[in-house]
Order: sequence, then C-alpha cells, then structure tokens
Amino acid sequence: MNAAVLEVRDLRTHFGAAKAVDGVSFSVARGEVLGLVGESGSGKSVTGFSIIGLVDPPGTIVGGQIVFDGRDITHSSREEMRALRGRRMAMIFQDPMMTLNPVLRIDTQMIEAVQAHENVSRADARARARDALGMVGIPSPDERLRAYPHQFSGGMRQRVVIAIALLHRPDFIIADEPTTALDVTIQAQILAEMQELVAQNNTSLIWITHDLAVVSRLADRIAVMYAGRIVESGSVSDVLGSPWHPYTAGLIGSVPSRNRRGERLHQIPGMTPNVARLPTGCAFAPRCARADAMCAQAVPLFTAGMREHRCVHPLPEFRK
Amino acid sequence: MTAAIVRRLFQAAMVMFAMTVIVFIAVNVIGDPVDILISPDADQIERARVVQALGLDLPLWQQYLRFLQAALHGDLGQSYVYNEPALGVILQRLPATLELAVSAILIAIVVGVPLGLYAGLRPDGIVSRIIMTVSILGFSLPTFWVGLVLIMLFGVQLGWLPSGGRGQTAELFGVQWAFLTKDGLAHLILPSFNLALFDACLILRLTRAGVAEVLPLDYIKFARAKGLKETRVIGIHVSKNIMIPVVTIVGLEFGSIVAFSVVTESVFSWPGMGKLIIDSINVLDRPIITAYLMAIVAFFVIINLVVDLTYTALDPRVRLQGEGS
Repeated sequence: MNAAVLEVRDLRTHFGAAKAVDGVSFSVARGEVLGLVGESGSGKSVTGFSIIGLVDPPGTIVGGQIVFDGRDITHSSREEMRALRGRRMAMIFQDPMMTLNPVLRIDTQMIEAVQAHENVSRADARARARDALGMVGIPSPDERLRAYPHQFSGGMRQRVVIAIALLHRPDFIIADEPTTALDVTIQAQILAEMQELVAQNNTSLIWITHDLAVVSRLADRIAVMYAGRIVESGSVSDVLGSPWHPYTAGLIGSVPSRNRRGERLHQIPGMTPNVARLPTGCAFAPRCARADAMCAQAVPLFTAGMREHRCVHPLPEFRK
Repeated sequence: MTAAIVRRLFQAAMVMFAMTVIVFIAVNVIGDPVDILISPDADQIERARVVQALGLDLPLWQQYLRFLQAALHGDLGQSYVYNEPALGVILQRLPATLELAVSAILIAIVVGVPLGLYAGLRPDGIVSRIIMTVSILGFSLPTFWVGLVLIMLFGVQLGWLPSGGRGQTAELFGVQWAFLTKDGLAHLILPSFNLALFDACLILRLTRAGVAEVLPLDYIKFARAKGLKETRVIGIHVSKNIMIPVVTIVGLEFGSIVAFSVVTESVFSWPGMGKLIIDSINVLDRPIITAYLMAIVAFFVIINLVVDLTYTALDPRVRLQGEGS
C-alpha cells in the first residue's frame, strides 16, 4: 500500500467533560475510500471537523496528532489551516439545503472559493466554476451559475457542493453523510458520480455515514465508531462479511434488507451512552450480550493483519 | 416588479384615504378651536363670523367633503395661527427634523452594527458583556432624561457643545441646513446622539442576535471549509444574512424618529416638526395637526415601500407580491 495521505493518531476532541472523540486512529492512503460508520453521536462528524480544524467551540483537540501528507497539522496556525482547507482538503456536509448561502448566487460562492487560494481573474475563476459544474453533471452550467441556491433541487445543490469541493482537486475529501438527505434514486446517482470523480483525480475519500449499504458499495476499508472510539476496522469485505466486534454485528443485523420478509427487524438493545460519563472499560458492554467482568477493564487494541478491533470477547463463529 | 410597485402605490393611496377620515374625525373631537382663537370678550356676532369663516358651522360630513376636495388639490387648509397654508408650514420645518433624524439613524447604524458584530462573534468576552449591559441601559433610560444629562454634562459643566437651537444654517437646493456649517454641526451633535441612543442599542442587539443565529449554520461552516478568509466569511456570508432584520428596524425606526422626535426636539429646542406639532396641539391649530399627521402617514408608507424593495435586493427568496415566482 502506498503512503498515507492522512494519518490520525490517537485523536482526542473533547467538549468539556464530553469526550466526543477519545483516541481515534486511522490512516487513509492516496485514492482510498474509507467508510467511517457509526450511530448519531458516535463522534464521526466531530472527527471530520477535527481534521479540517473547524471544531465548534467549546470543543478542542486535547490530544493526538493529525498528520497530513507527512506533516503534523494538529497545531498549525489558523492561516495555515485556512490555506489547506478547500485547496488540499475539502468537506461536504449532510444537508445540501443548508450548505450553500441562501442569499448569494452560485457564481459568487464558487468564484470566491477559487480566488481564496489562487490569484486568478474573476473571468478565469468563473470559467473554472463553469467547468466544475459541467463535470458534476449540471446541465447548462453557464446559466445555472447565475441562479440562487433555492432555485436548485436538493440533488442539484449537493452536486454544486461537490463541484465546489473538487475545484482545487484536493488530496482528500471528507463527506459527512452527503446523501442521507436525498431521495434514494438521486442518492445512487450521486454515489456513482462521486466514486468516478475521486477515482479520476486519485482523491482520497472519508465517507462518514450510518448506512452500511452505502459503505459496502463505495468504500475500500471501513472503520466502525462507537462512543468516540473506533471499535473495529478492516477491509469492507472482511468487516461486513465476518464482524468481530458485537457492535458491528449488531449494526449489520439491523440493516432491513438483510432480514427476511415478515421477520421482526433486529435491533441493538439500549441506547448510545452519554459521552460525558463513559465507563473505563468497553462503552458497548451495557448493551452487549457477551459482556462480563473483563469488559469493565480498559480494552486494548487487538490487531490481526490489516484488521483491528477492541473487544475482549470477539465473536467466535467468525474467528479464524 | 412594475406591477407590484403600482399595486403598492394603490394600497398606499387607500391607506392615505382611510387616514383622512380617521384624522378628520379625531381632530374634531379633541376640542373647539374657536374658544382659543377669539378673545374671551368678543361678542356673539364676532364669534359667529369667525365660525362661519372657518367653515365650522357646517355639518361634519360637509366639512369633511370640503376638506377632502381641497386635500386632493394639495391644500390641507390654512393654519389658524400662522395664517399660511398648513402644508407649507410643515414642509418648512421638515428639513430640520429630517437632518436630525438622518444623522441619528446614521449614528445608530455606525455604532450599532459593528458593536453588535463584535459582541456576536465573541459572545463570552468581557468587552461583549460590557457592550450588552450598556445597551440594556441605552434603551431603558428615558430619552428626555438622557437629553437633560447630555445638556448638563456637555453644555453646562464642560461647555463643549451648544445645547439648544439649530445654530447657523446654510442653503442647499433652496433649503436651509444646519449640518453645512460648523456652528450648525456643533448644534446637531447632542440632539442627534440623544435620538440615536435608543436605536443604536436596538440595532446592536438585533445584529448580535442575528450573528449568534447565523454563525452555527452549515453554510458558514462550509464557507470556512472552502478556505475563505475570516473577513470574507463575516463581511459577506454572515453580514448579508443578518441585514434583513436590521433594514426592517432601520426603516421603521426612521419613521418613528421623524414622527416622534417631539421629545428630543423639545428638550433641545430644535425647531423641527415635533416642536411644531406640540405647539399646534396646545392651540388646537387643526389644519396643522391634520397636515402633520397626513405627512407622517405618507412618510411611513414611502419608507415601507423602500424597505420592501431593499428586501428583494438582499434576499433573492423574497419576491414582491404580483411578480409571480
């Protein structure tokens, strides 16, 4: 495997007492697609914002390292981070209805993104914006540039956002559930286009989602987050085919399409824990059928080849 | 757009018409001007002559029709006191009030918007807390009292600024303005700051609330994720979104300042419309009161139209009715 574009080491982002992200480590190779999976509140979005340096106060990165292209950017200045954002790293948000500024025209919002990083004329920036819109499949881009966001449908808006993210051909893109708010048909189209575009540019992609179906189509590797930690990671086929962590197994079991007609849907009992009061041991233990006294102690990271997990009682039926 | 404006103008005309009825009746019930106008020892014949000359002997509806007919020709009656056309008397005083109101609203914007932005961007800072506390005082303290304090401090104790009258004026477009001369400008400072205080605090708090509301939204985060400089994120992305409530308030308050600068004008004996209307109510000078009220209504209608037009410039999602979307 070639060198990692992005390496996150033991990242800790806390909001006061709430440990939203507490010791997350992963790396993304050039051109690789990583699916970051978890329930709401598991810290996946905060991980994304930590990487691009846009954690909302009172949240702060209290520990760990973010290494981008061989350089530790954890303590980079605001101006250094600004120069990286949009140019070498981009982020796409969940709700396309909210991502574009409602009172500014599309061209304004795209031209400013070009000019934030390159000293080009307005006309050149505009041409770049037009080409980018064409690339993501927006018909008659010249005309659409003069429109306002409310004149676009949700899918079209997300395409505009993707076009903006791709303007500077970034090294990696963090996509925070970008298809969740869209219709299923549009979702499939955008997924396919996104896959093609990042493959063309050899862009790495961190796809944050709670939807295992999307990850299985799109990602090369998967990392499952629970309560601010990655509990299991590995290649998509390995992890989804034979999960080791009971939580991963629970997630897979809850996917509706896997269940037979007429059967009750499986669900994981209990609720996601409050990240302000986490136990020392496994955070999933209170909801886990396999838990015993050993789970109350700190869980080390178990590594087997390219796979990692944090469970003292991994599922035996899948264990080699 | 044109259709919408025409429609608005028609609505405005209807509002003006409704106002004539209300104003005319209201002015008629507040008292009989004849008792004040003629000397107490005038005889019955003299009294009847005055009543007839003013048209006050006719039934109310006839008086109203006469008034309406004249009003349509731009004549709102002769002032009983000045013996000149009432509208002319009002318009003579308008520049004084207008320049006071305009400078007050400008001060309010120049002070309120930046301080509000600052307080919104650093909500937990000590300076922000001080700004917000002072702003509560600013719109809680009665205007007349602040005016008196300003006079005491800057006029009497320190002797820096004049505290009454309009000072020297200079002519521009055939109208006398105080702000064109140094002396006039000095006279303008205290009353306009006094008048601006309330609105500066209002605009400040509105701006701060807007910033607090807009700042956590995704499109601001996305603007930052694009790598935009902070000055552009705040100056364009945040500012343009918080301007709508600010424009609304500036519009409404500008009307209020013009209409109700009565207190400040009285405290600083500023020779504007506010002072005129108080004097006219005291002597029941009906045509002046009527003309004043009509002028203020017209003023409000115009401001509302301007505010609506500004909305469409600020927010593409707002379209005037009648345009179709």
